[in-house]
Formats: sequence, C-alpha cells, structure tokens
Amino acid sequence: MIHIPILRAGRSYKSLTTVDVPHVKGGEPVARVSQANQGLIAKDLHSVDQNWRALEALTVSELLVICKEAAQLFAETELPLDGASQSPDDYVHCLSATTGMPESLCWKNMAKIRVVLEELEAILGGLTRGLDLSVLDEGWGVQDGRHLSYVPQTEALGAVLPNNSPGVHALWIPAVALKTPLILKPGSLEPWTPFRISQALIEAGCPMEAFGFYPTDYSGSSEILLRSGRSMLFGGGTTVSPWKTDSRVQIHGPGQSKIILADDTIAGWEDYADLMVASVAENGGRSCINASGVWVPSDGKEVAEALASRLSRIEARPLDDPEAGIAAFPNPEVAHHMSNLIDSHLKVPGATDITAMVRGTERLAQVDGCTFLLPTVIWCEDWQHPLANTEFLFPFVSVVEVPQTAMLERIGPTLVVTAITENRKFRRDLTNSLAVDRLNLGPIPTNQISWDQPHEGNLFDFLYQQRALQIEPRR
Amino acid sequence: MEILNQPLSQKVNDARVQLDTHVREIVGWHFNRETGSPFWLEFADKLDFDPRKEIGGYDDLKLLGHFQDEWLRGGPVRRWVPKAYADEPVYVFETGGSTGIPKSRISIRDFQIDYEIYSETLSDGGFPYGSDWLMLGPTGPRRLRLAVEHLAQHRGGICFHVDLDPRWVNKLINYGKHQELDLYKNHVIDQALNILRAHESIRCLFTTPKLLEALCEKISLKKAGIRGIFCGGTEMNAQFHRFAREELIPGIDFVPTYGNTLMGLACCKPFDLADNYAIIYYPPQPRAVIELVGLENTEETVEYDQTGRVMLTTLTKEFFMPRFLERDEAERARPIENYPWDGVENLRLLSELTESVVVGVY
Repeated sequence: MIHIPILRAGRSYKSLTTVDVPHVKGGEPVARVSQANQGLIAKDLHSVDQNWRALEALTVSELLVICKEAAQLFAETELPLDGASQSPDDYVHCLSATTGMPESLCWKNMAKIRVVLEELEAILGGLTRGLDLSVLDEGWGVQDGRHLSYVPQTEALGAVLPNNSPGVHALWIPAVALKTPLILKPGSLEPWTPFRISQALIEAGCPMEAFGFYPTDYSGSSEILLRSGRSMLFGGGTTVSPWKTDSRVQIHGPGQSKIILADDTIAGWEDYADLMVASVAENGGRSCINASGVWVPSDGKEVAEALASRLSRIEARPLDDPEAGIAAFPNPEVAHHMSNLIDSHLKVPGATDITAMVRGTERLAQVDGCTFLLPTVIWCEDWQHPLANTEFLFPFVSVVEVPQTAMLERIGPTLVVTAITENRKFRRDLTNSLAVDRLNLGPIPTNQISWDQPHEGNLFDFLYQQRALQIEPRR
Repeated sequence: MEILNQPLSQKVNDARVQLDTHVREIVGWHFNRETGSPFWLEFADKLDFDPRKEIGGYDDLKLLGHFQDEWLRGGPVRRWVPKAYADEPVYVFETGGSTGIPKSRISIRDFQIDYEIYSETLSDGGFPYGSDWLMLGPTGPRRLRLAVEHLAQHRGGICFHVDLDPRWVNKLINYGKHQELDLYKNHVIDQALNILRAHESIRCLFTTPKLLEALCEKISLKKAGIRGIFCGGTEMNAQFHRFAREELIPGIDFVPTYGNTLMGLACCKPFDLADNYAIIYYPPQPRAVIELVGLENTEETVEYDQTGRVMLTTLTKEFFMPRFLERDEAERARPIENYPWDGVENLRLLSELTESVVVGVY
C-alpha cells in the first residue's frame, strides 16, 4: 500500500500512528498516512527559524524560477513518494479515489495549480501592487525615490487544509516565493496535492527545509495554529469559529457566495442563466466560491425553475467518466444526512425543492458503487428560511426573492458576490458593504478567480509588514 | 518449546489459582454482615442466591452482572465504606466530572498499597531512593495527587506539586478556547520550571504525555537532573512512546503507566525494542483484573491479539467493583514472566467515543 510520510523540514518520517485513507468505492484503503503527534509538531515548530534561514538564502527571483520549473514537474513528471514515485496519472487516480472528485475535475484542478506555479511572478505582482521584490532579499529598497522596507511577520506559514477541492492549495503556494517555509496539515482525505506540490518544488531546487507536512488530528492542527506566526485555516463554521478573533490566523471558512440581480437587470435574467449555472455547478459545486444563493428582487420562481431545468441535467457518473461533473461522497452517511437535513428544512413553510419536481427522482443517487447528491435548486419565498442562506458540498443553490433595498442588510457574510447591476448607487452600496469579501461587478462567475485579487486576504500583507525606514546618506 | 514455556504456563496457572482464592476472600468480606459495605449488603438482599456460596472464582463474578458507573455518582458515599473500616479515616477520590456529577471512590489505604506495589517495579537507577519528586499532573480531588506523593515518600523523597484542574482544561477545549488553553498550559509549565530550578534535589517526575511535551520544549530534563519519568494520566500510544524515548527524553528512564481511580495502577511491560514501542499494560492482579470482552457481546473474552472492550474488576477489602465496562478498548496481550496473566496493548478510547471525548493538556 502507498505510504505517505510526515515531512519534517522536508525529510520523510514514518510514524507509528497511521490512518488508512479509504477508496470512495468500497472503502478499501488507498494509502496509509503517517500521523504526527502534537509534541512532534511543537518540537519542529520550535526550531523553524533554521528552515526560514534556508529559504531566505535564495532570492525571490531564484525562487520564482524554481516555482516555474516545479509547475512542469508537478503536472508532467514522476515525483518521489516515500521511496517510490508517483506519476501525474497516479496522482489523479488517488486523488479521485479518496475525495470522490471526478478524474476530469482533478485534471482541471491540477492545471490550475500548474498555472499558479508558472505565473507566480504575475501573482506576486498583484499581491504586492508591483513592488520590486528584491526588497525582500535585502530587507529594504528604493522605489519611486522612496525607501521601502518590509519585515516578515513569521518564520513559517501554517496551513490547516481542506478536502473539498485541490485548487485551494494554490492559495498557499506564493508563500514559497515570499521566502516563508510551510507547515502544512493536509485534509484527512486529501494528502495528495500538498505532498505533490512540495515534492515538485523540492525537485526543482527549493530547499527541502521549507516544507513541513504534518497529517495530524485536531490537537495537532491546533498546535500549528497556535505556534505559527501566521496560518491559514480552512473549514466549516464550527471549525473556524474559535480562531476568528486571532489576527494571526487567516480564515477560509464557509463561502455562502451569491449572485445578485438588481431592479435594473432582473428583466433580462435569462441572459445570465449560463453564468448562474457555472457559478453553482463548476468544480462539482464543492468550492466556497461556488454560488449557493441567487438573490433577486422579483421573478424568483421563474429563475429557480430555469436553473432547476438546467442543473437537473447534470447526472451522477462514474468517477473516471470524462463527462462527470459532480463528486461522490467519501462517506455515504454524510450524503444521507445532508439530504435528510434539506428535507427536514423543507418542512418549514416558505421553500420548495424545484429540482425534485423537474427531475422526478431522488436527490440521492447511487452510481458505480458511489453515493452522490444531485444538483438541487430551492425556491425560497422567505429570506429567513433555514435554506435561504446556506451551502452544502454539492451543487446547491437557493433562489431568494428580496427587495433590492433590503438585500445588503440581509445577505449576511458572503465570500463572493457577483452583482449584476448598472445602478451607480447600488454599486456604491455594494462596495461599501462589510458583508461582502470579494466583489465581482458585472457578469463574472463567482468561481472565476483572478489570482492577483485574492479573496479572504492578501497573502503578502499577511506575511509581511511595511516598516518605516530612514537611512542617512553616505558621505 | 513446551519445556521452555513450562515455567511461564505454571506461573499462569498459579496466578489463576491465586486470583480465584482472592475472589472468594473478597466476596466473603464484602457480603459479610460484619465486614461488608452497606451497598453490597443491600445488593445481596435483592439476590436470590448467596454470593459467598455461589462465587467460587473469578469466572463466577458473572453472576453479579456488570458494575454500573452510575452507582458511583452521588451519595451517600459512606455506603461504600466496609463496616470493618467504619472507624477509619476515609478518603474520597473523584474521576470524570468535567460536566455533571463525578464518580466517587472511597479509599482508606488502597491508594498507598497500590503505589507501594508499583514502587517495586521502578528501577533504583531511574528513581533513586531518597530523591525528591515533582508531580506535574491533575490535582484536586484526584487519587493521583496523593498517590504520587505517597510514592515519593515511600521511596524516601518529598513530592512537589503544581495545581492543575483537568475539568477546566476540558471545558476550554469544548468551548474552542485554544488560546486560553495555551495560556493555562504555559501557566502550569512555568510553575513546574520554577520548582525544577529552585529544587535541585528533584530527580523523579510524574507527568502526563502532553505536559511532558510542553515541559521538554522549555528545558532539557536530563540537564535538569531528572533521572526517571513516571508518565500516565491520559492515553498514550506507541508513537508518543517512541517520540518520548527518541526525542524528548533520551537517556531518562521512561515508565508509561495506566492509572485508574477505580482499579489502581497497571504496570507497563519492561521496554523491549522488539515490541516496536507498543505499550502493554498488566493490571495489579489479584487486586485488580483487566479482561477484554467483545465490543458487542460483553460476556465473551476476546482472543489474544484481538480488540476488545476493557472490563475492570477491583478486588480489595476496601472496594469491590466486579466487571465494570470501561470506555476504553485495547488488544489482548499474552502473559509474561513478570506478570503471568493477561495484559492489554494499545489501550485507547473506544472508537465510538473518540469523537466526543477530549484529551487536553493534562
């Protein structure tokens, strides 16, 4: 069986505690993953300054070259995996087998990661607003005639990572070029991507000390968040809630992303049907940037019916089917529980499952030994209904009818809003809204990412702080 | 092989005979109107048989069913005091209680006897006679606090303490107050460091796995003069055992132990690299027995190397607790020379409870 080790400053460590990661189809173990005990993580984080020095010795330019080379290695070559090797095909098979994501989507996510590694220079340009990155090599520099200095805020970036989509790993990759070692805690079902990215970067010449990879439990994750000067935390509401007030932790929590049509655009809603379908269903509807809400001032039921008609065409297919568009649930009980929860909420007046009427079949589907939840569109007459502002790990969307004047006070925290309106005042209200994290003005799918416009915080600002610097001229 | 195994098999048989004899003695004591506890005498009144006549050995304890932990929650606690000890000073120790009413167990001298027996298993090199101790573990109404102090005194030393409230730790974890938990842990560790720096006579340490990790981040225990560490209080696995020996405290005598307020103290099989750091505990038979029973059928003992639920039986004149189903599971281990009776390997929380039970810093 494949063994995935812990990486301690890049060096493999086989733990006596292991967890088997099962195949979504049948539950046979696909890999055995070494688990780090809390004390081991704490000990390694205690000496992370040595790892920082190893990475700091390279210039940003050198690291960007390494990332570019790693892009090709990640996507095209065999990479080391605990004494054996893993091809891109192996990677995709394993990734699909343990997460339930169709292989076709795994390939797409792989391509996204490749792009990020290749285009890191442009991404850093966006993150730093065009800063001459040699400032990070020297500690200071001169730009537009002014002294600039940046001080690193941490000797390592912790990342407690999710299972939902491999594409999210693109968010921590820039840390390498920003000279910040990583302490990665992979999702329990998705050790594959962070391990492979790390191996690609090491193979490309990045100091191995830059990579800590610690599959671990709840207490180990807490240790990473407590000990790292800066961390990213991915998770649901209850996972991220205790860390919301810790400024050292960047939260990547629930998205509840939405598309908003306004009074001036609702009449032409049919023009945006493709946008809505893509926002809800691309990547299997598993990302926090997938839309889980479409908020309209009128015509809600018609919009819901049209969406249901389109989305109900998406079928559950075997994971190796090139046309597969939705992911299987690794734990079928979760799918049953989720579906039952939706049904129980539907007993509360004010919401209707339109897809159930259009499709005429159950939401839960069994195909090729896997359990799926089929796309679901809910028409919510009441914005306070329990299904009006929620999200699930499959293509699920609620169409909610709310007067435009009341929308922004009712949408609640929303990761991405795609607002389709030309109304200047409403646009201004949207840009002023604290509820909105990432704002797309115009018909841009919620899941369309511009890498130089990171949502949920700017990694450069998170890892570095500008400091005042005065230097006496040499005489 | 038969010849080689004979001495052990003889020891196993002898231990079993001793256990059955001990069971008859303890049942005779607790169900005797002159010496027994009010609880067991009232219990006997409701039976349609006389336990003293029907229970001839360990296996016959099945006649009494399973001891229920609810019986230990709430009072009157004196109903557990055997009449023979009615005039003795009585301790009460608690277990659990992070939420709701804790379980209480009375003790007169049991905790001292258990730790005196345990003391015989400690090496003089790791735990030198006359050395002082630091007890860095749960205090308050817990048996451990007094028991470790008694162990230190029994070995001619003095025991220093740091306050630690595990119920507060559990609440912090349940509330998701990680930062507060870290502050509390640091508060505890800072006090331990002060004691270690101020008292160079300390050579022996009791602590829990997580506190040992935290302490070792701040200090080299070897340089601080620590020779032996008695580690217990919470679950420990082979990985922690290896990490401790290889990285935390190489060169220090490390003794993992399974303590339980209701049972006593189970010793670890002497370290042997061939065991690959597996932690195998043996109960202090005949004063206590650990039997691994089926997860579904608790009336059947599992086979060797198979997983079963821990069933504890405590058999002392102070406390009789037959066939109590613990919230732990383990693999059944074979008898060894030092302990010619069944042991348990890889002791851990029942899988079905791992989601709901938290293990904090203590």
